[in-house]
Amino acid sequence: MIKKGDIFLSIGIVVLAVALMLSFSSFKTSGKRVVITVDGEVFGEYSIFSDQKIEVKSKLGINTVVIKDGKVSVSNADCPDKYCVNHVAVNETGETVVCLPHRMIVEVVE
Amino acid sequence: MKSTQKTAYFGAMLGLAIICGYVEMLIPFDFGVPGIKLGLANIVALVILYKNGFLPALAVNIARVLLVGILFGNAMGIAYALCGGILSLIVMCLLKKAPVFSTVGVSVAGAAAHNIGQLSAALPIIGLKAVIFYLPFLLLAAVVTGFLVGLGAALIIKRVRLSKSR
Repeated sequence: MIKKGDIFLSIGIVVLAVALMLSFSSFKTSGKRVVITVDGEVFGEYSIFSDQKIEVKSKLGINTVVIKDGKVSVSNADCPDKYCVNHVAVNETGETVVCLPHRMIVEVVE
Repeated sequence: MKSTQKTAYFGAMLGLAIICGYVEMLIPFDFGVPGIKLGLANIVALVILYKNGFLPALAVNIARVLLVGILFGNAMGIAYALCGGILSLIVMCLLKKAPVFSTVGVSVAGAAAHNIGQLSAALPIIGLKAVIFYLPFLLLAAVVTGFLVGLGAALIIKRVRLSKSR
């Protein structure tokens, strides 16, 4: 039932994914600041080393962003899907936590 | 098939596809990366693609996305799912023509195309960096879920025979 082409295709995609991951992690380092944008506009910039809770309020909804122990995550949100809340805490440059319904992006930068 | 048969058949398939999406929500399947899911509804899409061709599969898929989006989701969700669903069907239709691939390979490629389509739809909002960051995880997930879904669909396509119209 499974043909050779299936196996090669699957292996090809896995190799591509791993290559992408490696190339991305090679220029990734621990970030120092956290930038929160809502609908493309900067909402605020914070140091990743000072523990704090930030209420990100916009006309689309509320997200609670938590910075703790040098990592940033979203602890609470009134969006329907809760993907941002379930997302793991991030701390490396380029890593993001995104809340699509509220168009909010939390990004770790240099 | 007569037009009444067609209506009943594709109606049942559409219902099945929607139920697949619902059943999937009941199965906890969470890796901390948004957008990863089993894609059970793709079993129905694959079966229709193999039994009835590209256009019926596309029609049922679009109808499913719109209905599920109106019932449980939101406008943005519909846009993402449409981009993913349409790209995935186009890729699957093309690969189905290549004799080196079975249903499993077609399904894996379809799952990968679905994720790429969804990510492209999200590109203007989350930005290129986040897209590149998510892509490898979604591709890896697509290989696993596409494989399982493809196996399931292959079994159904092999065993279920559509009665020809009289």
